[in-house]
Amino acid sequence: MAGVRVLVGTRKGAFILTSNEKRKRWEVSEPLFPGWEIYHFNGSPVDPNRLYISQSSGWFGQVMQRSDDAGKTWSAVGNKFAYEGSPGPHQWYDGTPHPWEFKRVWRLEPSLTDAETVYAGVEDAALFRSSDAGQTWQELEGLRDIKANLWQPGAGGLCLHTIILDPSDENRIVVAISAAGAFRTDDGGETWRPINNGLKSAFELPDPEAEVGHCVHNIAMHPSKPGVLFMQKHWDVMRSDDYGDSWYEISGNLPTDFGFPIAVNSNKPNTVYVIPIKSDSEHFVPDGKLRVYRSKNGGNKWQALTEGLPQENCYVNVLRAALAVDKLKPCGIYFGTSGGQVYASADDGDSWKALVRDLPPVLSVEVQTLD
Amino acid sequence: MIRVILPTHLRRLANTNREVQINVTAPITVRAILDSLEETYPMLRGTIRDQSTFQRRAFIRFFACGQDYSHVAVDDPLPDSVANGTEPFWVVGAMAGG
Repeated sequence: MAGVRVLVGTRKGAFILTSNEKRKRWEVSEPLFPGWEIYHFNGSPVDPNRLYISQSSGWFGQVMQRSDDAGKTWSAVGNKFAYEGSPGPHQWYDGTPHPWEFKRVWRLEPSLTDAETVYAGVEDAALFRSSDAGQTWQELEGLRDIKANLWQPGAGGLCLHTIILDPSDENRIVVAISAAGAFRTDDGGETWRPINNGLKSAFELPDPEAEVGHCVHNIAMHPSKPGVLFMQKHWDVMRSDDYGDSWYEISGNLPTDFGFPIAVNSNKPNTVYVIPIKSDSEHFVPDGKLRVYRSKNGGNKWQALTEGLPQENCYVNVLRAALAVDKLKPCGIYFGTSGGQVYASADDGDSWKALVRDLPPVLSVEVQTLD
Repeated sequence: MIRVILPTHLRRLANTNREVQINVTAPITVRAILDSLEETYPMLRGTIRDQSTFQRRAFIRFFACGQDYSHVAVDDPLPDSVANGTEPFWVVGAMAGG
């Protein structure tokens, strides 16, 4: 059946929301893995029935789950994430050395071309790859050669939370780490370089333009323009036109340029979405209004999208992995909130409705567009 | 057979009952029980103890015969009543809720 499958990870389990291509009526599944934190829930673009879940708990640690039948049945797969060698210390919040320790998987990014390959971004920050559909994991340790002793945790931890696979060159991968910055490999993960030129972190770093240490929150790319990257930094919305080699600010008229997620319209590579959050000390939307901001010209000029979203007494947050788009026309945009609502637009963001209102706090939202 | 009682989340993860019965080669110790438990239910690897260091996870405790065995050396023999199956060995999630 053609349609859309929305994969939602929450503080207390995962949910699957389904609809046909009209995106008017939605079914909400029973909770999967109830009681567990689901930091990320994603599907393979090669085999849409293959789904992966990062399932974790403060009591029982990290568990990985895979389904090969679109979520009907699940199997626990490999959950051993062993760093290569002996990772030295990274910086703690106060700048003192702190031992490198695995905590959880933040991001699962299945390969664009091979159903058996999947990447995992973890805390403490590292990138792992599995070539056997999640049974075993190997670190791409060259990433930690890039001044990892100077990386420090953001408020959520020292997490590798963003993995962007270039559809035009399978050897090019961009990752982002809080709080270390953005990094790119052009050789399939053997060697890496920092791509933070142009970022400024005056309130967070002693050297505002340091090579590493920036708190990058999220990066988005349109597959037709892999060299154009859009970034939501801790503060500032940024853009690169050269695969991240240099960045310039596009915050423009946003009410605040703090935020977590960023996304690009699947049909319009210059149409970008952010959800401004008041500040790093007040993690909720400004003025009690939940507003998605859209730029149709690649940044700087932003329009508030409010129809169907609460415009009074709203104080939710939207986390970095909780905004996604489908591939239909017009583009569907989906996001989940700390209040447990999942909102969606089926018209490029012009109007919105809640698909479900009372889930546990939402950690991640991904969308599969089904043929 | 050694009787092991699992917390709810691990029981669901292993798709089994609250109490499982496993064969454990003597001497019956915490390490021997966990080795056998993980061999029987590989999906539990990493959820009770670290897969590399074998250190008990911070929020996991072990009870048996009304006593706390969380801090007993993992190679010390457990009571005969655990070894002969009269009493179960409890894997417990620490009381860290509200």
